[in-house]
Amino acid sequence: MKTRYGMWLTGLASAVLLVACGERPPVDTVQVGYRGTGMEQVYNPRLLQEVAARNQAPEVVLPMADPEGPLAKDIYQNVQVLTDLSIGEFTRVMTAMTQWVAPADQQCLYCHVENNLADDSKYQYKVARRMLVMTRDINTEWQSHVKETGVTCHTCHRGNAVPANVWYMDPGPRKERGSIGTNAGQNTPVTGLGMTTIAHSSLPFDPYTPYLLDAQNIRVETTTALPGDNRASIKQAEWTYGLMTHMSNALGVNCTYCHNTRAWGDWTDGNSRPQRVVAWHGIQMARSLNNNYLVPLTDVFPAVGSDGQARLGPMGDVGKVNCQTCHQGVYKPYFGAPAAKDYPELRKKPAPVATESDGESAGEGDSAGSAMAESVTAQRSAPLPNAVTPVVNAALVARR
Amino acid sequence: MADYQNLFTRVQVEAPHYPGIPHEPQGLWKRGTKASASYWLGKIGDAQIGPFYLGATGLASIVFGLLAFEIIGLNMWASVGWDPVQFVRQLFWLALEPPAPQYGLSLPPLKDGGWYLMAGFFLTASILLWWVRTYRLARKHKMGTHVAWAFASAIWLFLVLGLFRPLLMGSWSESVPFGIFPHLDWTAAFSLRYGNLLYNPFHALSIVFLYGSVLLFAMHAGTIMAVSKYGGEREIEQTIDRGTAAERAALFWRWTMGFNATMESVHRWAWWFAVLCTLTGGIGILLTGTVVDNWYLWAVKHGVAPAYPYSFDPVVDPATLTGAGQ
Repeated sequence: MKTRYGMWLTGLASAVLLVACGERPPVDTVQVGYRGTGMEQVYNPRLLQEVAARNQAPEVVLPMADPEGPLAKDIYQNVQVLTDLSIGEFTRVMTAMTQWVAPADQQCLYCHVENNLADDSKYQYKVARRMLVMTRDINTEWQSHVKETGVTCHTCHRGNAVPANVWYMDPGPRKERGSIGTNAGQNTPVTGLGMTTIAHSSLPFDPYTPYLLDAQNIRVETTTALPGDNRASIKQAEWTYGLMTHMSNALGVNCTYCHNTRAWGDWTDGNSRPQRVVAWHGIQMARSLNNNYLVPLTDVFPAVGSDGQARLGPMGDVGKVNCQTCHQGVYKPYFGAPAAKDYPELRKKPAPVATESDGESAGEGDSAGSAMAESVTAQRSAPLPNAVTPVVNAALVARR
Repeated sequence: MADYQNLFTRVQVEAPHYPGIPHEPQGLWKRGTKASASYWLGKIGDAQIGPFYLGATGLASIVFGLLAFEIIGLNMWASVGWDPVQFVRQLFWLALEPPAPQYGLSLPPLKDGGWYLMAGFFLTASILLWWVRTYRLARKHKMGTHVAWAFASAIWLFLVLGLFRPLLMGSWSESVPFGIFPHLDWTAAFSLRYGNLLYNPFHALSIVFLYGSVLLFAMHAGTIMAVSKYGGEREIEQTIDRGTAAERAALFWRWTMGFNATMESVHRWAWWFAVLCTLTGGIGILLTGTVVDNWYLWAVKHGVAPAYPYSFDPVVDPATLTGAGQ
């Protein structure tokens, strides 16, 4: 009788534990490094099915367009970005964008003004232009990260006007409370901005601002056995830890996907897998995209979009990219399906932004550029969330 | 009829309360005389509760401890905007963080670590006073001071983490946050920053003594319970006058592993394992960042960390390449 009671209790406890963890065994383990080093990836085949289902590359329904023929810019007015596309290619890209990005009930009119497709007065139009330049930039200049796989609008947007996984600066659940109860940018599982994929930990909840917008030093480990010039603090290590946890979550991989965990920072002696190099370029890429494409659009976006949803974060900043924006829980977006292969239009080097001769002066392009630069500067000098400041100043601390 | 035979008896003896031995000197604080009995505590220990003796150091320790507890708790509560529901929900995530690095060893504003230093001061005072209490109570009972010194070993680790090492590093920010998950994050970040604490030999020793303590505890407790029906729990008597309990237990371990501790020496084993756990751990923490900055590289330098064959292509730190970034 007693034994049975204990058995029930054990069973109940196990069930509670399983439900609380959200995953039931068994899991699959894939070895990715030398035996005995613990370098392995752990997958839950049941969760993986669900992840796979929502990470399929969209079917290519549009037939390839003839690159020959008159250029779109010579036929249409006010074509500034896709100046090197034939009219067939141009139409193909526009059609694809209505499927990838525009709400189904608005189609072309999400960006365009009815009866005058050359009218670029809608903010969506202006944003889309920059996003096209960005997509081409990624596919041609950032092959260190995207290789030949490339990206399309859909890689991030997945049918949404605003990609589901963008981040805004997170002030945290800050409330007016005078001189008590500062959370130092961490220690809360709920941060209002659901984007943080490091939720559920007490790590810093916005590691994106210092690393994917600013270029704070991610590397906190010392590269010599004995103390030298490295003044990085333990607090700073927590910020790096936060960023790395984000990457792990965003890619659906364990730390050992890139690192031999016995020596996190070491690039030699087989302590880093080649994937770490790709990831390193990914960090540079996200930072570059945020600063060169997204932050400069801050003034273009309205606070509230045409769909009634906010376009700017609580600190007035624009939605920005991190690893999750494209990867969405998978080690390679769409599990490595070559998304951009069928869109050569998006794999051409960005042409210098040209302005049409119909009334617009060439100078306008320049002024847009300088406005962009100003906007970046403004963003940079804006005060970072309180908690980042210690990280910035960590180097100033006299250690001994 | 059930009778009281050994520590496994399920019978609770009802007897006049035992007030304890008389002790000198009496001092300012008189020992209490009241005692009661608890049936449920009697299930796991002695049913008698009291008489209590707090004393000046005990009272001061509790007051300081409460102050620290309140400062930590109220800061946690304030960090969720004084919302009682969120305080409970997020309790394991909340913390009182040490000052930011830029303050070094200076006194920061209250909200930027001032409260932390205050809580740390009161907690340290409380713990040290409690140590004085354990020492003085032992002397009053004409006991040895083994408990006090074992406690001192734990206090050593506590002081290394929150006082000695931050002083040597020149920054209060190096100390440990007060919070459940946050202090665990600190532990992980500490190892991340200093190149893998598992290669720190004193950390390794500490783990040996930690797990060793657990093992010894189980071995000893298991042994004594196993021979309790032969009077094995009367360990002191068995030490002086070896009986069949001691002989059975000793032979059991000699058959098992060729060696046995004695009824007396097993307690020295246990005491030293426990004491050395925090003693070596404290040394390991104190050396980290002050003497050694990357334990993995230190282990490589001294031939401790093995090299493994490459199972994938070697890589080069991209930051060292020209034109890096694109």
